Amino acid sequence: MADSDYLGPGRRWHDMGGDLAGPVPTADHDFALWEKRVDALVILSGLKGVFTVDGLRRVLEDMGPEAFETMTYYERWVAALNQNHLEQGTYTVAELATKMAEVQARGATYGAANHVP
Amino acid sequence: MPHDHPDHDAPDGLSPSGHPYRADQDTDLTYWQTLEIAVRELMIDKGVVTPAEVTAQVEAMDARSPADGAAVVARAWTDAAFRARLLSDGSAACAEMGFDVGPMKLIAVENTPEVHNVIVRTLCSCYPRNLLGLPPDWYKSRAYRSRTVREPRAVLAEFGLVLPSSTTVRVHDSTADMRYIVLPMRPDGTDGMTAQDLAKLVTRDAMIGVGVARAPA
Repeated sequence: MADSDYLGPGRRWHDMGGDLAGPVPTADHDFALWEKRVDALVILSGLKGVFTVDGLRRVLEDMGPEAFETMTYYERWVAALNQNHLEQGTYTVAELATKMAEVQARGATYGAANHVP
Repeated sequence: MPHDHPDHDAPDGLSPSGHPYRADQDTDLTYWQTLEIAVRELMIDKGVVTPAEVTAQVEAMDARSPADGAAVVARAWTDAAFRARLLSDGSAACAEMGFDVGPMKLIAVENTPEVHNVIVRTLCSCYPRNLLGLPPDWYKSRAYRSRTVREPRAVLAEFGLVLPSSTTVRVHDSTADMRYIVLPMRPDGTDGMTAQDLAKLVTRDAMIGVGVARAPA
């Protein structure tokens, strides 16, 4: 972990420049389709005026350091995308719950769950 | 329906976007994948976006790669007037070549025998994606974000780049609205090469500043 678990006044967890840390990881990967779609939906939400990059970052930063360590990049992004749409009233929590159940009922893989019967 | 499998050959076993392929993901549907489908369909149902817009956005993302940035660098190496424009207004110079960097400000920083530049984004992971495609994982890592501003020479050494102590290392921390790209030094022995051939020497890492341009074969 970082040496500066101590966060001075006004310094939040994501402000990690200057901390100690281990070697830079060398592993890299291409992006899965669902991840590219998350990226696309975030960009399009901005272009359509639903929320800005600041809205995205506010939610990401409010998730705290645990989410940074345990969730992948686009997992955090899709959570922030959803949170911003809920806040802006694009859809309600009830509509989301209904849609989530509907998607899950379609099948056990990403491909199957995308297939609207 | 777009799919996820490698179907285009790229050099070095990398995907067209310049990242290594990952294993197939024909695994059980995850919670977050479910959420992506649900949010996308709700955005479509509510008329925020159309399916065609989502597809077009993914395709535009797939079309961007470090080759775009490399073309800009090679032009700067071969066209002094363009180099001057790139260094004075990176966004406008890139737009000239058809690369729209959007509303953000793009600043090109030039490496010289005396000064080596490297870019980072300590607060999150903003990256000159319109010129380089999506960032590599390490750029988004805690280690790179934390240490690059603290001990840049040690970080560069991990990438195999050991600079003489006489070289000044400048670290540029991007913001959400302002991105940097490094203009690497043109390698020796490249006199007379075309911009197209020069572009092949310009790696993604050279434009981030954790590497230098390749020597000609």
